[in-house]
Amino acid sequence: MAADGETASPVAVLEAVALTKRFGALVANDHVSLSIRAGETHALLGENGAGKSTLVKMLCGLLQPDSGELLYDGAPILFPDPASARAKGIGVVFQHFALFDAMTVVENVALGLPGHEPLATLAGRIDDCVSRYGLAVEPFRRVGDLSVGERQRVEIVRCLLGDPRVLILDEPTSVLTPDESESLFRTVDLLTGEGRAVLFISHKLDEVRRLCHRATVLRGGKFIAEVDPRQESSAGLARLMVGAEVPRPPRLIRHELGEPRLLLRHLNVAGDGSRGSALHDIDLEIRAGEIVGIAGVAGNGQTALFEALSGEKLVDDPESIVIDKMPAGGLGPTERRALRAGFVPEERLGHAAAPDMTLSDNVLLTTHGDGAIVKYDVIRHSILKSFFRRIVKGFDVRFGGKDPKARRLSGGNLQKFVIGREVLRDPVLIVVDQPTWGVDAAAAAFIRTTLREKAAEGCAVLVISQDLDELLEFADRIAVMSEGRLTTPVPVAETSREAIGLAMGGAQTNGAHHAPAGEGSHAA
Amino acid sequence: MPLRLERQENISTLRLAAAPLVALVVTLIVGAVMFVALGHDPVRAFTIYFIEPLGDPWTLQELVVKACPLLLIGIGLAFCYRANRWNIGAEGQYVAGAVLGSWLALATHGTEAGPWVLPAMLLLGAIGGALWGLIPAFLRVRFGSSEILTSLMLVYVAQYGLDYLVRGPWKDPQGFNFPQSVTFDDVALMPLLFGEGRLHGGVILALVTVVVATFVLGRTLIGFSIELGGSAPRAAAFAGFDEKRVTYGVFAVSGALAGLAGIVEVAGPIGQLQPTISPGYGFTAIIAAMLGRLHPVGILVSSLVLALTYIGGEAAQISMRLPFDVTRVFQGTLLIAILAADVLVRYRIRRVEGASHA
Ligand SMILES: Nc1ncnc2c1ncn2[C@@H]1O[C@H](COP(=O)(O)OP(=O)(O)OP(=O)(O)O)[C@@H](O)[C@H]1O
Ligand SMILES: [Mg+2]
Repeated sequence: MAADGETASPVAVLEAVALTKRFGALVANDHVSLSIRAGETHALLGENGAGKSTLVKMLCGLLQPDSGELLYDGAPILFPDPASARAKGIGVVFQHFALFDAMTVVENVALGLPGHEPLATLAGRIDDCVSRYGLAVEPFRRVGDLSVGERQRVEIVRCLLGDPRVLILDEPTSVLTPDESESLFRTVDLLTGEGRAVLFISHKLDEVRRLCHRATVLRGGKFIAEVDPRQESSAGLARLMVGAEVPRPPRLIRHELGEPRLLLRHLNVAGDGSRGSALHDIDLEIRAGEIVGIAGVAGNGQTALFEALSGEKLVDDPESIVIDKMPAGGLGPTERRALRAGFVPEERLGHAAAPDMTLSDNVLLTTHGDGAIVKYDVIRHSILKSFFRRIVKGFDVRFGGKDPKARRLSGGNLQKFVIGREVLRDPVLIVVDQPTWGVDAAAAAFIRTTLREKAAEGCAVLVISQDLDELLEFADRIAVMSEGRLTTPVPVAETSREAIGLAMGGAQTNGAHHAPAGEGSHAA
Repeated sequence: MPLRLERQENISTLRLAAAPLVALVVTLIVGAVMFVALGHDPVRAFTIYFIEPLGDPWTLQELVVKACPLLLIGIGLAFCYRANRWNIGAEGQYVAGAVLGSWLALATHGTEAGPWVLPAMLLLGAIGGALWGLIPAFLRVRFGSSEILTSLMLVYVAQYGLDYLVRGPWKDPQGFNFPQSVTFDDVALMPLLFGEGRLHGGVILALVTVVVATFVLGRTLIGFSIELGGSAPRAAAFAGFDEKRVTYGVFAVSGALAGLAGIVEVAGPIGQLQPTISPGYGFTAIIAAMLGRLHPVGILVSSLVLALTYIGGEAAQISMRLPFDVTRVFQGTLLIAILAADVLVRYRIRRVEGASHA
């Protein structure tokens, strides 16, 4: 996969020298240096909140450094705004996308480009780019109907149309399935083969070791080391990032299963035309104490399933969703939460949290029906604040200031917050879409352990994830979603990556033929 | 030269707070230029416009009386605007409230009806405004039509309706054919606060509204759901707040407060129905809401500022023979300046190079 380091030219295309950025009292970047060479894939590593996204924003003109300088082809340069960086061939795919839901792919791409180009020719260019780099994107679909993985491909295509010299990918793989990641890696290799440079941010150290030629490690906003990731072990890289040994997640806890907490019987959801996300006849039972994982390529109905479960979209037959013995298909989100169900959507900003509201106000989103925080419609701020502090403490949510807007949190920290908000409500059923999206290794382990503990306490957990390794590591049973259908969940010990991969391709619609795997498939 | 707006990453709260002040200053500068162009000494004009009214007890009372409808309507609009629902037809809701409330005053005219008449009129006024406001809400929820257009169009419907009534069925038979209703009976009139002067009971109503609205918007789940729906609709749906209910709710509140302002004005300073019962309060209140940062206390202040432009305008009309349109220009400039200041605080303007296709 990884090209040879020697092919990388020694002159840096883009170099950051001792960049410093403060947000109030918080020093998000403290004299950070980094150089990116043509033809190389350079990794930027660090824990949640280490300052990676902040550095990226300075490299592309979105933030101005307080001190330090940028060198472009060895000469000092200033990027007063993103346009000037774009003009120099710096393209970025951000951790949180900036696409307009109501518009089609091609319209979104057109918005990001200078000048006016007919949509038809632009669609043609998109198709060219798609076939050249193997990115599956359909120009005329509405972005609102796309999964996160598909949206990311749109963002990448949008960057590539600008013919970048440096492509910056901020946590591109955290939302991708292994197959999608593989094809992204092939794309990255093609790009570096063409002499472009790629800055790659990821919490998945295995893929960094495979893909990247050099890695810069940040910790607490400071430059720690520049290493050759191919010469390091994952544990070694993690140690550099954390500054200490990373604890291994504890062994699974054995316990008895209890009552069914979630029962889906012939759950059908009609697709709304453009999206292929109708659900067909979904059957599923999750009992207290177990974790069921749903694997599958993004865009196969996961979003529709989540919305049907959370009550954002009501289903025709109320009996087709039963939460804790109550038919819930006709209940809205608040009523379902009253049945002690908790939901964590895939998209953090804009769905799980309101970007422009403070973090403590964001607590209210899912807790306003729980009785304690809101009484007679009056918000009791002292109780709200103390619940907020419990989340922050219990889930180690780190941020600058006392109570910033959700938008200001680093991706992983916001994820810890939205997970903590549900777990501390003490639910009997948790439905999580992409629980560890963008979360660093230690925090991901923590989230998985927490969900395991909830299960041990008698909670039923449904995890929708494209991270197969994650599901194999901590789910009890795994089902596969493909084209709106769900296979019968199979115990993890009786299945394998290969069997699941096969089912993801839609090869089968019930799990009876999963090839049992003799060996434990815990890969993480 | 093509220009483009780019969102700023970090916006200091100081700049956000300063925006309305900057807008005021810009408006004054534009005003000075306008006075000079009209051949007047700007210093004298400003003195007549903005300083002299503040020195006279009678005009100070008048100021409060003029601020009262702006405040009531502006607070209602804040509910809508926080929810990202753009009701610009408060003028129509004001008229609808005035008409429905006056109906009772006219129906009981000359009878022995007791002191229940006025409270019932106020209630009817609020209901009339709310119903008028619910029309654009319904059209939006049901057909997805833009509430901006429908609410504005309904202003004219309401105004022509009022015109018809005072020229036709509700015309005072003894009124020498003037297009106006009879003067309301005492039980149908707003009591004066101190038995004399200009201040009437509506001022108390408006101040109570400030307190209640501050509480509702800042401390209750209803206020939170309005804010959330406006700032992140998808997150609001996820939180379980029904978008339709919020839409109906904010239009009902905003319409009710505008209708209340209408009936208070008719039963107070005016005392009867006429073809014209508002110098554009419903539109000026939009400026009051924006200038007051959609916060009831802020709107209290901005209503007074805008009321001053009315009073100053009247004074300048008399002593400098300036047309009243100057006031409209002031108000319009102020609105544009606030909106521009808001955009400039949140975004940065930059040029885009024309070609450079990849
Ligand atoms: N606009 C901002 N205002 C205030 N603080 C900010 C802002 N942006 C980032 N921060 C803070 O700076 C720190 C670094 O954030 P950054 O987003 O760079 O982290 P990151 O390394 O990308 O983390 P993650 O892996 O979770 O995405 C965090 O503590 C964050 O809360
Ligand atoms: Mg980040």
